[in-house]
Amino acid sequence: MKKMKLVMVGNGMAGVRTLEELLKLAPDLYDITVFGAEPYPNYNRIMLSPVLAGEQGIQDIILNDIDWYKQNNITLHLNKKIVRIARKNKVVVAEDGTEAKYDRLLLATGSSSFILPVPGKELAGVVGYRDIQDTNAMIAAAEKYKHAVVIGGGLLGLEAANGLALRGMDVTVVHLMSWLMERQLDDNSAQMLQSALQAKGLKFLLEQQTQELIGDGHGRVKSIRFKDGSEIPADLVVMAVGIRPNVALAEEAGIYCNRGIVVSDTMQTYDPSIYAVGECVSHRGTAYGLVAPLFDMAKVCANHLARMGIAYYQGSVTSTKLKVTGVDLFSAGNFTGGNETNQIVMHDVTGGKYKKLVLNNNTLVGAVMYGDTKDSSWYFQMIRDGKNVAEIRDQLIFGQSHLGNAGSQGQNLAATMTNAMEVCGCNGVCKGTIVKAIKEKGLFTLEDVRKHTKASASCGSCTGLVEQILASTVGGAYAPQATTVKPLCDCTSHSHEEVRKAIREEKLISIPQTMTFLNWNTTNGCAKCRPALNYYLLCAWPHEAKDDPQSRFINERANANIQKDGTFSVVPRMYGGITTPQQLRRIADVAEKYNVPTVKVTGGQRIDLLGVKKADLPKIWADLDMPSGYAYAKALRTVKTCVGSEWCRFGVQDSTQMGIDIERAFDHMWMPHKFKVAVSGCPRNCAESGIKDVGIIGVESGWEIYVAGNGGIKTVVAQFLVKVKTRDEVMEYTGAFAQLYREEAHYLDRTVHYVERVGLDHVKKHVVENAANRKALYARLLDALQGATNPWSKENINAREFESLTI
Amino acid sequence: MNTWHEVTTLEEIPPLGARVVTTKQGDIALFRTAEDEVFALLDRCPHKGGHLSQGIVFGKKVTCPLHSWNICLDDGNAVAPDVGCTRSYPVKVENNVVYLSLA
Ligand SMILES: Cc1cc2nc3c(=O)[nH]c(=O)nc-3n(C[C@H](O)[C@H](O)[C@H](O)COP(=O)(O)OP(=O)(O)OC[C@H]3O[C@@H](n4cnc5c(N)ncnc54)[C@H](O)[C@@H]3O)c2cc1C
Ligand code: HEM
Ligand code: SF4
Ligand code: FES
Repeated sequence: MKKMKLVMVGNGMAGVRTLEELLKLAPDLYDITVFGAEPYPNYNRIMLSPVLAGEQGIQDIILNDIDWYKQNNITLHLNKKIVRIARKNKVVVAEDGTEAKYDRLLLATGSSSFILPVPGKELAGVVGYRDIQDTNAMIAAAEKYKHAVVIGGGLLGLEAANGLALRGMDVTVVHLMSWLMERQLDDNSAQMLQSALQAKGLKFLLEQQTQELIGDGHGRVKSIRFKDGSEIPADLVVMAVGIRPNVALAEEAGIYCNRGIVVSDTMQTYDPSIYAVGECVSHRGTAYGLVAPLFDMAKVCANHLARMGIAYYQGSVTSTKLKVTGVDLFSAGNFTGGNETNQIVMHDVTGGKYKKLVLNNNTLVGAVMYGDTKDSSWYFQMIRDGKNVAEIRDQLIFGQSHLGNAGSQGQNLAATMTNAMEVCGCNGVCKGTIVKAIKEKGLFTLEDVRKHTKASASCGSCTGLVEQILASTVGGAYAPQATTVKPLCDCTSHSHEEVRKAIREEKLISIPQTMTFLNWNTTNGCAKCRPALNYYLLCAWPHEAKDDPQSRFINERANANIQKDGTFSVVPRMYGGITTPQQLRRIADVAEKYNVPTVKVTGGQRIDLLGVKKADLPKIWADLDMPSGYAYAKALRTVKTCVGSEWCRFGVQDSTQMGIDIERAFDHMWMPHKFKVAVSGCPRNCAESGIKDVGIIGVESGWEIYVAGNGGIKTVVAQFLVKVKTRDEVMEYTGAFAQLYREEAHYLDRTVHYVERVGLDHVKKHVVENAANRKALYARLLDALQGATNPWSKENINAREFESLTI
Repeated sequence: MNTWHEVTTLEEIPPLGARVVTTKQGDIALFRTAEDEVFALLDRCPHKGGHLSQGIVFGKKVTCPLHSWNICLDDGNAVAPDVGCTRSYPVKVENNVVYLSLA
């Protein structure tokens, strides 16, 4: 089949990202031709600020080098501006006469600096701030001249001013409004920003309107005069008063424009064979000037160009971060408030910290922060998710609790860390390494940073720090994805919820069937989605879906925990932590017979045999004659108990028996992640019920049940769910909560993440308030567990998994 | 010249799975894809020596069980941005019999 022709006009960030997304989805669908007015391949425009500040060179900010275009068979025309679109013949024409035919046209022409229409605007030394050429002109001026004036105290203007000051110029920022960055900041935070920049040597003239630029008689600018008649010297004038979408080309071709090229939710213009993305478009009346929304558009546009036709762009909430080293500010959403909104403000004047949250009813709609932005990603995520924050409103202003997040030297403010300080304790990654990778490799998302540097890729406890570093390095280009739409993995655009819904409603019972139904873009998934799908299928259809061992992580395939040297560990079940002399003797015998190097008592009150060869596993299980303790699985791990009323002089409930009963009843229960339970016999809480997925505490009149605690990387105290009277109720509530978590959590979310996402009220509604629902949940769990058997028993062992071949 | 050693039959390797072959040169992992292609790699991840045979197989790649590097089954190269390579061995399948060469 002959390939269709795709022509792209504008070789910038939004357009090239669209091509990248398209090539991922449909590498062979089009012959692609690209026209760019600039002489460079696609570069990272937002890094022009660090280039100006002398922190990076031009060569470091190229995102796609010429080879990239070659490798993808893209015909690239640099330095060729398209001047005409002949829609009838589907041809575009460049300034120099070059023509190209298209079947689909992609307009990604970006925008240009708005130049104030004042006398003298054409003088030498008057520039906008948009591209490499402008930046080079500024750098050259800084070498020869002294006085710089930046018109416009917005994001771009301040970054330009900062860069020029660092290059030794005497810089004055002229601003029409009464405070800086009025579109992103309120007066308080703007005041703090201005003081910080003044301390760096910048000067400010607020509420000043430019009247005229005055020349030196040789065609170069010499000074600037204001409406009030005052005048200051200016050898360089940078206009940063706004941008204008480049729509002239589209407009002349008769494509409907209204400030930008008007597009639908599928990024199509009024001409169905012409698409548009980036700063040149107007979507639902909004033109965006930051990278994050443009990348969202690129994804949607690529999806339609690839003829998949399922994605929609519904607009973006944007956030702002100023890329000036040492200045820490953040703003997002509607931060000025209005009639329906109210505000929570915290202002520490001496500490230089300011935080304002704007709420509409009980959803967060905007935030401004200065001096401490560590929780900015957390707030921004809530703004994007439209999350109801009623439950946490009282603590909201204090930010997300970072209590107990280990491994980052106790740091939680990235801005105060030096480049040599370690951010990720798991993988030994320093701040400097992350910053360098973001700048030089052109990284924009948390996933990118994880892939390239490994920072936060293991335990994830430093995610907050990495997000801060990312946000302050790429400015508003970083936007955490709204959790509700986040795809399960790179193989699909569907979210966890959508996948689970389809499995339930379409009664999908196998992985291939699910992938086909949901149009997976890989033939057999990846190591991320297959285990998730396997679990979702087993959870939805416990007796119909067939377990797929090849889609399980090795631990669950071998029913033992893989160690760093490839040996395994064996932890037999001891229900409720109770054992017998016979069991201990067998364990001791096995340890000797198989030369087990290490025998350890675990944190969960069990015994661990470490360093077992894989081939010995089935023999050891047979000799032990004890069931699997599931210490390796995303399943019910252990129920930790204390001695309780049977022995303890304080005990008011038989916690040990309660623990045994729970561990027996819920044995073999597959879950989204590991699940730990503890039962204490009185409030002294010796079994540490406060940091378990379900923690039960006996009291004189019954039992208290706590949920969603965590003792791992993120120490979180469990929240009180309910108090009950009887042992049967403990079983029913515990089981119902477990089932709710099984049915609703994303694969690999612990209960703490799950409850944080849905809220404790949601859990209470389903498990506590609605008795019928609770009973139904509990019944579904018991049904799922029907017929489950010990994976270590002989008939369940797949010999092939354990025997090696020889030659 | 390759000296082919008969190792096993195709059925003995689970689709999207692997078996370990013990050899004088060390353990070698034999992988089978969904399309019944068979590949052999030294059973050592280029990162920190993880046993690749224990990983999850998808497409023509395997994810190492220790720190989730993805390794290409055909040439043993780590998938970018990770960098590294593990040794690969020639394999052929004839009449369902799998042959391995240690050359
Ligand atoms: C100094 C600076 C700092 C910034 N900092 C940030 C930041 O921190 N965070 C953030 O999110 N965003 C930032 N931005 C904004 C961000 O860079 C833009 O939103 C983004 O680059 C827009 O991408 P685009 O593809 O729409 O347009 P562009 O990247 O501008 O690409 C459009 C390209 O099309 C070319 N073109 C135009 N017309 C034609 C034609 N007729 N024929 C051929 N080619 C044509 C142009 O020459 C240009 O190369 C910054 C911008 C600047 C200038
Ligand atoms: C007022 C506070 C406490 C009192 C009076 C108390 C008292 C006791 C008593 C009497 C026992 C039983 C000993 C036995 O006969 O075996 C016990 C056991 C234990 N306590 Fe505490 N305790 C208290 C707090 C704690 C706390 C806060 C922890 C841990 C965080 C803790 C951890 C333990 C453990 C691990 C056991 C052993 C439980 C078992 O495995 O049987 N205790 N405690
Ligand atoms: S929690 Fe209470 S009952 Fe249990 S061991 Fe501690 S003091 Fe005794
Ligand atoms: S050893 Fe394979 S990823 Fe680390």
